[in-house]
Amino acid sequence: MATKKKKDSSEGMSIGRVWRAVSIPLVSVLLALLIGAILLLISGASPMEAYQALFKGSFGSMKAFGRTLEKSTPLILGGLAVAFAFKAGLFNIGGQGQLLVGAITAAYIGFAVTGLPLIIHLPLALFAGSLAGALYAAISGALKTYTGAHEVITTIMLNYIAINLTDYFANGPWKDEGIIARTPAVLETAVIPAWGFVPIGFFIAVLMAFVTWYLLERTTWGYEIKTTGLNAFAAQYAGIKVPLIIIMTMGFSGFLAGMGGAIETLGVVGRYQPGFNAGLGFDGITIALLAKTHPLGVIPAAILVGAMQAGSSQMQFDADVPFQIIDVIQALMLFFVSADVIVRWLLGRRGEDGDKVSLGTGWG
Amino acid sequence: MSKQTNPPIVLEAKGITKRFPGVLANDSVDLQLHKGEILAFLGENGAGKSTLMNMLYGLYRPNEGEIWIKGEKVEMSNPRDAIDRGVGMVHQHFQLVPVMTVAENVMLGSEITRGGGVLSRRKAEERVRELSHQYGLDVDPTAVVEDLPVGMQQRVEIIKALYRDADILILDEPTAVLTPQEANELFRIMHDLTDEGVSIIFITHKLKEVLNVADTVGVLRRGKIVGSAKPAESTQESLAELMVGRAVLLRVDKEKADAGAVVLKVEGLQAFDDRKQLILRGADFEVRAGEIVGIAGVQGNGQRELVEVLTGLRTAVNGRVWIEGQEVTHFSPRKITELGVAHIPEDREKHGLVMPYSLADNMVLNDYYQKPYATGIIMHQDAIDAHGEQLIEKYDVRTPSVKTPASSLSGGNKQKVIVAREFSRPTKLLIAAQPTRGIDVGSIEFIHTQIVAQRDAGAAVLLISAELDEVLSLADRVAVMFDGRIVKILPIAEATRERVGLLMAGSEDA
Ligand SMILES: Nc1ncnc2c1ncn2[C@@H]1O[C@H](COP(=O)(O)OP(=O)(O)OP(=O)(O)O)[C@@H](O)[C@H]1O
Ligand SMILES: [Mg+2]
Repeated sequence: MATKKKKDSSEGMSIGRVWRAVSIPLVSVLLALLIGAILLLISGASPMEAYQALFKGSFGSMKAFGRTLEKSTPLILGGLAVAFAFKAGLFNIGGQGQLLVGAITAAYIGFAVTGLPLIIHLPLALFAGSLAGALYAAISGALKTYTGAHEVITTIMLNYIAINLTDYFANGPWKDEGIIARTPAVLETAVIPAWGFVPIGFFIAVLMAFVTWYLLERTTWGYEIKTTGLNAFAAQYAGIKVPLIIIMTMGFSGFLAGMGGAIETLGVVGRYQPGFNAGLGFDGITIALLAKTHPLGVIPAAILVGAMQAGSSQMQFDADVPFQIIDVIQALMLFFVSADVIVRWLLGRRGEDGDKVSLGTGWG
Repeated sequence: MSKQTNPPIVLEAKGITKRFPGVLANDSVDLQLHKGEILAFLGENGAGKSTLMNMLYGLYRPNEGEIWIKGEKVEMSNPRDAIDRGVGMVHQHFQLVPVMTVAENVMLGSEITRGGGVLSRRKAEERVRELSHQYGLDVDPTAVVEDLPVGMQQRVEIIKALYRDADILILDEPTAVLTPQEANELFRIMHDLTDEGVSIIFITHKLKEVLNVADTVGVLRRGKIVGSAKPAESTQESLAELMVGRAVLLRVDKEKADAGAVVLKVEGLQAFDDRKQLILRGADFEVRAGEIVGIAGVQGNGQRELVEVLTGLRTAVNGRVWIEGQEVTHFSPRKITELGVAHIPEDREKHGLVMPYSLADNMVLNDYYQKPYATGIIMHQDAIDAHGEQLIEKYDVRTPSVKTPASSLSGGNKQKVIVAREFSRPTKLLIAAQPTRGIDVGSIEFIHTQIVAQRDAGAAVLLISAELDEVLSLADRVAVMFDGRIVKILPIAEATRERVGLLMAGSEDA
């Protein structure tokens, strides 16, 4: 009886499964936009006009589209960082700190190392920034394994340390001439070029999403990470070195966040300056959850958030709507994906069998 | 036991059908439960027993059919609906909060409050004490749950149901984790309950229990009711045959052991339990190639910790362990596995399986990094799936496919996945802790045959089982464990039930 049905059940899975995975984020986004529209109405603005402007500002022209991609780039990496750590059961709230450390390191290599051709200098700066993020995050991993300190606490604390540390460098040893606290501009050989309006950094980020997916789904390392995240006791039983996995996972998560900072520095800002991209690390959490922590799902989720950020000034300009409404919509999206019970209920999905988490928690 | 004339039906299922993707779990099942009756359900692993119970408790909704409770047709969408109608269910993995007291656990979700929403713990404690007294449950309402033995925790679950005025109790394999003594206590409690008019549905794989406690027996096979029986007119053999559809060998057939060189040697082994109490207090024994050493003992005398130390999951505080002459006392689990040690862990949900993983992925849990499943760091899903297919076939794991997540398997089939995995590697030493817990008689027969086959192929086997019958029927030598020590090792010929029982209870051997 059992084996005969194998075909249809796996076939039914592919479409059904994709829909199941995508429906909740999708509905969450729509709900957030709907409530956003209501808020706009209440505040006396026209939601149609506002959303049209938002669209125009993010996808309306090549230039707008380029800006969306540019905004999405660090968001993809920040989202990946959170999603990746999550697979090992770790909550990396420190994307912000890792990104800053990555950004300033990339900037330093970018302006201080001279005499290298682009083909070496740029990858070197990019890699150095990523590595700095990795080491910085690994601190939290090590603290967790050796002292039991929870990574949520340590990554948040390290965020503050990173802010002060980067401020110090930008205002001290690595300060540019002049009164502004910032590093010198990176050399031309360390600048990530753009391809027309399309920033190359975006493709690096997309590539990293695929790399992350591959690592998780096709390698022994991914198996070890997921096993650790899903059942640490079983991981121990399986002979997996759980402490090492925790440190390495935090490290790679920080690598991704650090790369986000490095690309932003080398491809967009051109130098390090304090206050840059505040909040980016936290957007990563929204994006990872919107993507249901799937590495490839991070790409559309980041583009969505990036588009809203890219289009927000157009919206403010055209429809005379404060751009903070974007923050509200983003927060609503986060709310609905986290509280997916609400969305499930709207979709009439409660009590449906496929969604049932293991009730067979018994010997029976 | 004599029954009153025609007690009313309190619970009835009519033509219940339940489908899961690729599985027909229940196929127009009818069931009647009379007031004050103990109705036992038997069936192979995956027959659909738990599914049926979950529907009666409102956890799943049937695709077809009707459920009637106390003469009323009901549509239940969650357990609350069932609880409101007096149905309580005790799952085997208890849904208790370990750090809270018994009373707090019991009142959780239906708190009694004083004015202003302040919890009235005192009232809850009183009620628990009353219930405990009424049914001879002997539970202290102020005890912290994690300090209680498993049998007591189960009683807390029963009190939880009674506290919510349940008069229909569903017990899904309640005896799987109990010691025989605890099980007997449970049966006494069950009878006290039925005397007070409570009706009980009881699932088990142990035929002896069915014969001892049930008033009626229902048998499910592949989702269908295939028969019912009165215990008075049945034997273990007849029930087994009804269940599996063929005669089942309830005894193990094996030749005398031909023991070879020492494979496992343990000397003065000591270890702490999770609460940092010295529980393993100096174990000494050895296991030779080609023999089965069975550890008999009341649970909680250090068996679990012994196994965990031997497999590298727990550190020894003292003593030494050798495998084939090599000292392995502080080896990691990985190194121990690579020496050719297979381990069926006691707690399959905790150590044995990664629930969201597919069966195939679970079946390479120990050797996922080795050929043919991986080269370097690249894994080969095809090889992993093929391996899974093969094991599913050989071990008769009832599942729609190898891609099915372990979480959606029936309890016994989960156990089979682990057994299959641990038997599929070349093995020098097999450490099997409760290998047949939750397994149906037909599959027990198969697993026992496999254990003996491992022995005959030259593996050393260390068997730890709470079932004295299992130890006595499989072991070539019986090591009795008491208070953290191996107090006596007997050749099987000298290991009578009585003698082993006395040693297990801590009495000096004559
Ligand atoms: N949540 C679920 N999703 C998919 N399939 C399920 C689910 N729960 C049970 N099944 C399938 O339904 C069938 C019946 O399972 P059930 O748990 O009722 O068996 P059981 O009789 O309790 O077996 P056991 O003796 O092993 O506990 C099995 O084939 C199982 O794989
Ligand atoms: Mg079951």
